[in-house]
Amino acid sequence: MGIRNIYKIVSNRELTRKTWVMILRGDTQAITTPGQFVNVAIPGKYLRRPISICDYSHERGEITLLYDVVGEGTLAMSRMKEGDEVDLLSGLGNGFSTTSVGTRPLLLGGGIGCAPLLNLGRALVRSGKSPIAILGYNTAADSFGMDRWFEEIGVEAFIATVDGSLGTKGFVTDVIRRFGIEGDYFHACGPMPMLRALCNGLDIPGEVSIESRMGCGFGACVCCSVETKDGVKRICKDGPVFRKEELIWK
Amino acid sequence: MEMKDMKVTLSGVTLQNPVIPASGCFGFGYGMAEFYDINILGSISFKGTTREARFGNPLPRVAECPSGMINSVGLQNPGIDEVIAVELPKMRKSFRQPIIANISGFSIDEYVECCEKIDREEQVAIIELNVSCPNVHGGGMAFGTCASSVSDVVKEVKKVITKPLYVKLSPNVTDIVAIGSAAVEAGADGLCLINTLLGMRIDIRNRRPVVANRMGGFSGPAVFPVAVRMVNQVAHSCGVPVIGCGGVSSAEDVIEMMMAGATAVQVGAANLVNPYACKEIVESLPEVMRRLGIDSLSEIIGIV
Repeated sequence: MGIRNIYKIVSNRELTRKTWVMILRGDTQAITTPGQFVNVAIPGKYLRRPISICDYSHERGEITLLYDVVGEGTLAMSRMKEGDEVDLLSGLGNGFSTTSVGTRPLLLGGGIGCAPLLNLGRALVRSGKSPIAILGYNTAADSFGMDRWFEEIGVEAFIATVDGSLGTKGFVTDVIRRFGIEGDYFHACGPMPMLRALCNGLDIPGEVSIESRMGCGFGACVCCSVETKDGVKRICKDGPVFRKEELIWK
Repeated sequence: MEMKDMKVTLSGVTLQNPVIPASGCFGFGYGMAEFYDINILGSISFKGTTREARFGNPLPRVAECPSGMINSVGLQNPGIDEVIAVELPKMRKSFRQPIIANISGFSIDEYVECCEKIDREEQVAIIELNVSCPNVHGGGMAFGTCASSVSDVVKEVKKVITKPLYVKLSPNVTDIVAIGSAAVEAGADGLCLINTLLGMRIDIRNRRPVVANRMGGFSGPAVFPVAVRMVNQVAHSCGVPVIGCGGVSSAEDVIEMMMAGATAVQVGAANLVNPYACKEIVESLPEVMRRLGIDSLSEIIGIV
């Protein structure tokens, strides 16, 4: 078994004006925990593009990727067709912790950062915990329906939008305040200002998944290093998930 | 199929084959040993090491390019003492072939001190003097783009080491042969080229450089023809063994680089897009040799 495998695209479709969902079939065995990512070879591009795993099933041999079209690489990815073959490095990164994280974990997502929380929610429910998902977007048009996916797996989901066009007006923290939601741990993924606000503002333990431009995705090039309280770490290999107390916010 | 002879010798150091992961693209090897048995490699040039620990440059420090990439890592490493105390023991556990130690610095004293320390490490077979890192100010490439400073640093380092010294050259010069010759006259036992080409990308939507350090080192298949040309010039003029490096991605590229004059070949960026790149190259070399009617790799070195 290796981390590099060829997958077949089952579907690749637009969910919103910028967010797409790609379902791939192939060898998922390298994936061991929620919050890991894949590094996608894009035709015509030299470097791979790291995309977090939204969901996977070893039984079906399927991987679901959610991605925003933000540049040439992801634009090319959106043009791949059903039946095309894709070269992926899979099972990269450390992933979220799913044990000893309290009984009522909060899953806090911002935009495309909601993606890896779905599979995490599934794993937490399976291990008898009662997670609550709070999903933040800029505006209603950016919401890609993840609240419904969460509800399908038995996780209550709330939405916040910055402009108030859907759910609670404001940020995920406004939802927590408004509904008096009490969690005993948080798992977050989203833009850095959001993660900073959560690490500094929430007084429960937690962890965040951070994003970076990457060279290799498996720790060789050290293009994505970050200084932490435990020394220099590679986001791709030692992360992308870090405990809130590890991170240094400048 | 008859056995193909892939052995090559660099200044008395015999490698089982000429394939060497380039410095900065393979760490200290043990991380890559998760993917395959790295003992199939000829050698490994480990991550560029300096006297003090360095974080390197701010992020982002990588950019996509046509058939290549720019990096501006800036010599992130834990420092020579930590490399010797922690990284090398870990490296030895997964790698039993000769090691190439890539040493960089910001002053002659620093190069001398680091080379002297690493020279005592048994498994280190060759010291690769990195005078060509484009991502640091006042060190690295500043030495490698000036013939007299290359000469000065090589002379001083040679006084304190016993192992063969290979100087890694920068392509960002007017006359690569002049720099290579200066290194050889000062006592270098061999040369390694090319390090990355200084490059830049601009994010046209945000109107700023893609990498935070503005510029970085350009590598990948796009630079391969430049590397072949420079290896060919240097190999035919400088009279010492050459390690060819720059954009090598296949067994065919290895053979082309050797025909140009390289005794061994380093593989850099290819490892980053395919962690199995060096394994695939080593495994396909015998078949490519058979197809080209080559029985021994050492017979093709510099035939063009």
